[in-house]
Amino acid sequence: MERPLTQYIHPGCPPFDFKEYEMTGGYSALQKALKSMTPQEVQKLVQDSGLKGRGGAGFNTGMKWSFVPMGEDAPHPKYLIANADEMEPGTFKDRLLLEGNPHQLIEGMILAAYAIQADVSYIFLRWAYKKAAQLLRKSIQEAYAAGVLGKNILGSGFSLEMHLHTGVGRYMCGEETALLNALEGKRATPRAKPPFPQISGLYGKPTIVNNVETLCCVPHIVNNGAEWFKGLSNSEDSGTKLYGVSGKVNNPGCWELPIGVTMRELIEEHALGMKNGYQLKGVLPGGASTDFLTTEHLDVKMDFASVAAAGSRLGTGTMVVMDDATCPVGFVHNLQHFFAQESCGWCTPCREGLPWVEKMLLSLEQGNGTNEELELLQLHTQLLGPGNTFCALAPGAMEPLQSALKYFKEDFEMHVALHKCPYGE
Amino acid sequence: MQQIHTKEITKPEYLTDLERNEIDHEVALVPHKSAAVIEALKIVQHYRGWISDDSVNAIAAYLQMSAAEVDSVATFYNLIFRKPVGRHVILVCDSISCYVMKYGDIYKALQEKLKIRFGETTGDQCFTLLPNCCLGCCDHAPALMIDNDLYKDVTIDMLDRILTKYT
Repeated sequence: MERPLTQYIHPGCPPFDFKEYEMTGGYSALQKALKSMTPQEVQKLVQDSGLKGRGGAGFNTGMKWSFVPMGEDAPHPKYLIANADEMEPGTFKDRLLLEGNPHQLIEGMILAAYAIQADVSYIFLRWAYKKAAQLLRKSIQEAYAAGVLGKNILGSGFSLEMHLHTGVGRYMCGEETALLNALEGKRATPRAKPPFPQISGLYGKPTIVNNVETLCCVPHIVNNGAEWFKGLSNSEDSGTKLYGVSGKVNNPGCWELPIGVTMRELIEEHALGMKNGYQLKGVLPGGASTDFLTTEHLDVKMDFASVAAAGSRLGTGTMVVMDDATCPVGFVHNLQHFFAQESCGWCTPCREGLPWVEKMLLSLEQGNGTNEELELLQLHTQLLGPGNTFCALAPGAMEPLQSALKYFKEDFEMHVALHKCPYGE
Repeated sequence: MQQIHTKEITKPEYLTDLERNEIDHEVALVPHKSAAVIEALKIVQHYRGWISDDSVNAIAAYLQMSAAEVDSVATFYNLIFRKPVGRHVILVCDSISCYVMKYGDIYKALQEKLKIRFGETTGDQCFTLLPNCCLGCCDHAPALMIDNDLYKDVTIDMLDRILTKYT
């Protein structure tokens, strides 16, 4: 089984420096692309490979690039941004790539920048990833010294600058247009779309924002081709995926596997099952803003289409397992507390609705909930749903709530009937 | 139309040479001065521990922004501190994986040891205790950070040993 993204990552060992990365085939994709491919050919190759955004949205990466204005009349500077603001609760996959092989990300970024003819690139890194920041700074310096960054890269005539930007908190920075505002030194509120960032992004110039894992796939696609990438998976989606499992399992962790492994394989074979004395009750398959799946979905393939058909989203592919000793109301309250706190306040349904949802869930958890409030919670899943808010934060928040109300209805009703939390929390 | 002239307020003496040099370096990387405001806040906080009203005014004057603009950015980001904090800031992850793995017990133990709750600072100004959303090490929950140090798989037994490093 091939694991191209993590083959040289050995937790506990320092990552490869420039020399070591180069000796194991690193920067050969960059040489190949700069010598023998046009930017449009790189775009086409990545589009044909079927690589979909690994940040959660699942949009075809090559197609996203193809919307950037190209040619002599295109506005400059153009920007390429790696979204390394991993803040989705329950998600810890990009940390592995950032700390484990920073040059792989840098090479992927240079290739992506070449494909869209970007002049400047940024890594938008969340503040908490201190080790990654230190490693990236060192690796960027090495890349400049080796001539794969800066002016006239490897004599190709293509030039690219790269900067590391570390954030100062806020989940909203992960939303691509809010990220652009944060990079411009503003509050991280989302922007209206259209215009899409591909046309008018950072400082009004054409900009591509890609997730870290997405960019790390690019060198391997350039080296091995679109068909090879498609063949890595065992589903309709292409490539491998970094999957994670956290919660009360025996071996929580993160693994690169063919995209489309089943939830059962992840939890039983890789996470080695539930801890002694605990049963699996529900799973958030791809972070805090995805719908619950339950034991009936264990054989669902973890790819974009299959998880959607089961009523949820693949999201970031890092799942949070809820066991039978954890109160679903308390669990969902924790999520809504997070979303209410992280709402940027830009649009009313999100700013006002989420704190109300959180308060109702808290009162329910404390034994003061009513049946009317259960109906109000249900109503909010529509009022804060898709189409009613400025960005995807509130609709994302409603996904675990609406599915909890569906799958764990009895738990909610029991809180009302008993006037307390039956889990004793 | 009559042009409105606003009196330029410059109090550069409120920023140290060191701070100004670092801010200048950031300003050089962006198309206009105000785009460097987050970096400026980070730099000033690095030297002073937090961002006071005076610091907001000084940054505003230096980047030719209004104090309100600077404050709107400063108050948006949770790791820019607009109140004084202790010498060490303890960030306890309160997100979902840590919730499942009972971060609440860790918080309770910290409350008892330090005699402060979230948002408070110990009397000796050593520690400030804050909740923080997902630290991205969910496979080693519960987790907490003190300054630049990440602690994983935290148990109550570990707390004394961890805290001693900072006292």
